[in-house]
Amino acid sequence: MSASTPAPRLSLRDVSYGYVGTSANVLQGIDLELAEGRIVGVVGPNEAGKSTLCLVAAGLAPLAIGGRLDGTVEQDGVDTRTLSAGDLGQRVGILFQNPVTQLSGTSVTVYEEIAFGPRNLGLPLGEVATRVEWAADLVGVRDLLPRDPARLSGGQAQLVALGSVLALRPGTLVLDEPTSQLDPLGTRLVGDALADLAAETGTAILMVEHKTDLLARMADEVVVLVDGKIAKSGPAAEVLADPALPALGVEPPSDVRLRAALAEAGISFDASWGPAWGVQAAVGARE
Amino acid sequence: MTAEIVVENVSFVYPDGTHALADVDLQIPRGHRIAIVGQNGSGKSTLVRHFNGLLRPTTGRILLDGLDTVGVHVAHLASRVGLAFQNPDRQIFAGRVKAEVAFGPRNIGMAQVEVEQAVYAALEAVGLTGQADTNPYDLGYSRRKLLALASVLAMRTPIVLLDEPTTGQDARGVARVQKIVSDLADTGRTVIGISHDMRFVAESFERVVVMRAGRIILDGTPSEVFARESWDALASTYLEPPLPARIGVRAGVGSTPTDALLVEALSQRKVAAS
Repeated sequence: MSASTPAPRLSLRDVSYGYVGTSANVLQGIDLELAEGRIVGVVGPNEAGKSTLCLVAAGLAPLAIGGRLDGTVEQDGVDTRTLSAGDLGQRVGILFQNPVTQLSGTSVTVYEEIAFGPRNLGLPLGEVATRVEWAADLVGVRDLLPRDPARLSGGQAQLVALGSVLALRPGTLVLDEPTSQLDPLGTRLVGDALADLAAETGTAILMVEHKTDLLARMADEVVVLVDGKIAKSGPAAEVLADPALPALGVEPPSDVRLRAALAEAGISFDASWGPAWGVQAAVGARE
Repeated sequence: MTAEIVVENVSFVYPDGTHALADVDLQIPRGHRIAIVGQNGSGKSTLVRHFNGLLRPTTGRILLDGLDTVGVHVAHLASRVGLAFQNPDRQIFAGRVKAEVAFGPRNIGMAQVEVEQAVYAALEAVGLTGQADTNPYDLGYSRRKLLALASVLAMRTPIVLLDEPTTGQDARGVARVQKIVSDLADTGRTVIGISHDMRFVAESFERVVVMRAGRIILDGTPSEVFARESWDALASTYLEPPLPARIGVRAGVGSTPTDALLVEALSQRKVAAS
């Protein structure tokens, strides 16, 4: 870090937001900061405002969809309301919850789909090709490159959608349930790829995720959103082990649940049964 | 007695040449709760789309109640087999939640009084009674998924196919889906679920079919499929057993795929030791 502390990649200060045509705010008084290379997980019950938080953090609300925004949202210290859509798109990439919404519908191959963003940035052809291959390798879809995007399975479409966001190489990634349709090891592959990306390139990642097992593995901090407000926030391990999570409508990680079930039955967890996450053999079996 | 659904040596090739199913044989008796799992692209969704006639086998046969589905009209199959899609937006089209849920039952010729009861019961089951007059697209993704599920429940089909029903659901949503599966089974309906959520699979289904590259590679109870001997096969299709199954093996109490089974096995061992 340089002598003068750089502005955080993403900062939300006292942010409230309401959609067009509604009087109630979906988000209320949100304070959140995402420094370079950090991963912040967002959990919370359905309709808590998680997807709205993604739209606001990425600057799409109000820029693209209108609505009322109070407070300040900054990317790299710049108020997102002063940025054009083009500027915004190069600083922050957003992955929508439903991958089918994300795919352009105009590309005949997965390769074209992932190349769509970099091409729109006006990058030279060689650079576009490099980025497509890099992004495809990162999410493990290289063998899908010649395929028709409309004929992918749900999980494959999600990986392609993520790859197309990564190919833009934004400094901040906002991901709305990026692994919801992935198989368990696919989930882990994407989790590890994102963690490596944050560590190696300083990309800051805000991700909404119901899979608390995944957040326990990769997030630095976790924010619990309930009724549009931050109900809890702090280091991931601390927040995810909070016994109040189920009452807030959040599924605790498998090991937290299991330990609670054992404790209730008067059985202590034997250290030799760990580690809780993952079967090493299973990881090794992946080619 | 023949099973309700019989899949006989079925292969399926998509028009673009993708071989999605290869020589699949499967029998599903009436009233079973069966989960189909496997890595992305392993053929799970392709397989269940054969059960309601959305797809027809390239080779082989699908028998529904002993009848080859080739001769059966899709409209008839729709009254026998309900499918809740993985992506709710492929399914939702009406302007109000109530109308969306009523469409299916009305379409299969259910009487008006019965339609209203079915709609109410289905919305109640998914927790959307308060949203009956809402526009479906004012609902968040997770609630649109529950709405799509309600539309299928309202048709009261003997066979219910759920494609990734827990995706995007919070803890309460998952608990709701689990209750729906057990309630369906209690009323004698056959439930076929596709899921990547191994905890949901182990807790809610009595049989698990594991697919890889269009073939069935494992078929058994959760305790069998998640037992140590199966871990390599599971890993080959990008799956891993739920945490209690792994802990059970390390703790030496055998295959315990759910928290409850593990706690029970460890408690019994404790009692036996004292």
